[in-house]
Amino acid sequence: MSDPALVVRDLHAGYDEVPVLRGVSLHGGADEIVAVIGPNGAGKSTFLKAVAGIVRPTSGSVAFGGDDVTGARPDRLTRRGLGFVPQLDNVFPTLTVAENLDVGAQALARRDRHDAVAAVVEQFPLLRERRRQRAGTLSGGQRKLVALARALVGRPSLLLLDEPSAGLSPRATDMVFDELEGVRERGIGIVMVEQNARRALSLADRGYVLDMGRNAHAGTGADLLVDPRVIELYLGSMTAAPPPPGGTSR
Amino acid sequence: MSALLEARGVSKAFAGVRAVDDASLTVESGSITALIGPNGAGKSTLFNCISGFVRPDHGHIELAGRRIDRRPPHRIVRAGLGRTFQTARALTRMTVLDNVRLAAPEHPGEQLWGIVARRAAVRRREQEVTEQAHELLRLVRLDAHAGALSGTLSGGQRKLLDLARILMAAPRLILLDEPMAGVAPALREELLAHVLELRAGRGLSFLVVEHDLGFVMQASDRVVVMNEGRVLMGGTPDEVRNDDRVIDAYLGTHA
Repeated sequence: MSDPALVVRDLHAGYDEVPVLRGVSLHGGADEIVAVIGPNGAGKSTFLKAVAGIVRPTSGSVAFGGDDVTGARPDRLTRRGLGFVPQLDNVFPTLTVAENLDVGAQALARRDRHDAVAAVVEQFPLLRERRRQRAGTLSGGQRKLVALARALVGRPSLLLLDEPSAGLSPRATDMVFDELEGVRERGIGIVMVEQNARRALSLADRGYVLDMGRNAHAGTGADLLVDPRVIELYLGSMTAAPPPPGGTSR
Repeated sequence: MSALLEARGVSKAFAGVRAVDDASLTVESGSITALIGPNGAGKSTLFNCISGFVRPDHGHIELAGRRIDRRPPHRIVRAGLGRTFQTARALTRMTVLDNVRLAAPEHPGEQLWGIVARRAAVRRREQEVTEQAHELLRLVRLDAHAGALSGTLSGGQRKLLDLARILMAAPRLILLDEPMAGVAPALREELLAHVLELRAGRGLSFLVVEHDLGFVMQASDRVVVMNEGRVLMGGTPDEVRNDDRVIDAYLGTHA
């Protein structure tokens, strides 16, 4: 692995008086996929928001590309190359698909914007078909793809993704996960929260399990998949069952 | 078994886009029917038509023999149909426990007459409701948060609260919109078991939009597949998973 692009140390954050993160550390490289998993309410989404500058950390540090960016504004982080795709409310519903992508290009120099949008549209056939459609009339799954595409338009060096496959059909999930592999191959790092844990860990280079706002376990994706403590806390027995006939992993 | 819900020839267009196009489906009494299909197939819009949030342009929808497609949502609820949403909707300034308690049917204390004349009955019912609410919160692993404002819950936890609320209301027909999305894998197994138990023990019926194939294949008696606003086919889980059209449009390599 090259020098980690993202280094988070002992991060604490919460909402009003409610502490959610009570010390989470993580690092993510520019050439790897890191999965963050854990039970509902473990603090996974808050962790991403605290790194992305949407929730202000109360203590701990976030370094990106070697610089301390703890508590930096989200738009500054986007310009530095740290993209964030939230779980919900991730598109502008009254804008068309094409306009949504243009918004993603605003972080770039004016002369680069057109090419950046064109390059991403090339990768997602759906976007080409529905360029003129208002994003608000798209289905939940289609919006996810628009949100991912918009983040890619900004030419990030690392993407933070909150449940990229939630609400997607099995086929669309395949498409998104294939896309994520392609993103990694282009040297863009990914830190993603995902409940489709078996799938996420199979794809990820490394994974972190959070519980009660803290690091519980960490390791390679393959190791975590068979770790009895992780199965007990989170994966359950069903995910240990063999995949459906003819299928890859689910 | 007889048809509890029957939708015939339902269509709905938004600004010229045909979201639902002449779709028909039946939910048998005491059954679990799964509604699957690619993103944008019209599943949520059909749900909205059935639950009264959207008025269909054409079609006829009956619940237990009574026509419901021209009724507002609250009257459809009264007729025995309840639903959850893809994005959970809780009363955020109310505690988690109260959110669930509020969903219970039959609150004798709601009326002034009840408070004055039936104090013992009111108290008994309130206690019953509270116990049941705690039980449901244990099921969805939110018991430790019973006293917290529901606004402090995470996205996944709010979905679980929504599920606890609908199970508390326990209408005859429960529509679930992607109940498993965003829910931790170990918990999915427990929720699946509980849904099966409710069907067997209390004869409740379910219509479920879900992409989690484990849930669809293990829970449902019948699967209805939608594509581009139309019903592509309906059948048993095995028939559906082996249908070439379904593999092509929806399952991909997962059949």
